[in-house]
Amino acid sequence: MNAPERSRSLFRFAAPHNFYPLAGRLAPWFAAAALVLTLAGLWLGLFVAPTDATQGEVYRVIFIHVPAAWMSMFVYLMMAFWSGVGLVMNTRLSFIMSQALAPTGAMFCFVALWTGALWGKPTWGAYWVWDARLTSQLLLLFLYFGFIALTRAIEDPRRADRAGAIIALVGAVNVPIIYFSVQWWNTLHQGASVSVTKAPSMATTMLVGMLVMAIAAWMYTIAVVLWRARSMILERERHTEWVGAVLEREMQAKGGRA
Amino acid sequence: MQWESWSAFWNMGGAAYFVWGSYGLTFALMALELVLVLRRRKDTVTRLLRWRRAVGKDSARGSAKEGGTPVPAMESET
Repeated sequence: MNAPERSRSLFRFAAPHNFYPLAGRLAPWFAAAALVLTLAGLWLGLFVAPTDATQGEVYRVIFIHVPAAWMSMFVYLMMAFWSGVGLVMNTRLSFIMSQALAPTGAMFCFVALWTGALWGKPTWGAYWVWDARLTSQLLLLFLYFGFIALTRAIEDPRRADRAGAIIALVGAVNVPIIYFSVQWWNTLHQGASVSVTKAPSMATTMLVGMLVMAIAAWMYTIAVVLWRARSMILERERHTEWVGAVLEREMQAKGGRA
Repeated sequence: MQWESWSAFWNMGGAAYFVWGSYGLTFALMALELVLVLRRRKDTVTRLLRWRRAVGKDSARGSAKEGGTPVPAMESET
């Protein structure tokens, strides 16, 4: 951008007018990485990984289910993190990041519940049971909906930011509850599939396929969130000269009419 | 390679409904989200250009502090 200050600090990108072009340059690379990794993960998961000895083919839902469930939790923690940073440092971009993350987190949360239901029916005999893991994951979906509804219902952006940040921070307590629910309570849901301390309980190709899909989900999330944040930045910074300049360029790119 | 034929692949050992129901919905939602995000950008640019013309370039600057001119509502919210 036209910013003359050449601070080498990463904090430079906390300024929306520096972050906006950076996000625009990075997002396509993350999207491309997501595409390549998704194709590789699908290949591993659907063609290379062996049939599960006890579950047969239905276990292949795992390549969607586990990455989506992980993302739904990570994204919420990221939202809480940016909300905390926003409240403490009063940086506009932090709140934008937090709100840009929410729809994608909610999407993955719904995907985790949906694929869990479709996996539960053939293996447990029920689409849904009220066990601790499923119930706390459903609560996470409602926390996402609450955050999105609240931040959009309040018209004053500063008040919306703060109210949303409080939901994000308070709701974050639920994430460790989801994660450890399978240890703390007797759940129908199985324990953690991957653990740092134990040898993996599944075939290597299964594990690798799942991890590749998880990284793909990360790349997808980063790309989509950067794109969404860019629109939110334009919206919020519309009174500034640099947004004026961006809009002028957009208008010229469109052939001078808008 | 785990499959003897494409039909065996699509059949997923009889679990086609559960497996493809999972993969199908997931990729449909991701595609939908991408479309909404990219469309939101177009809508935002179009709407802000219209807004700038309506309020005039000079009063667009800094009018936030006086309450500002309301921006027309978003068409898509994602």
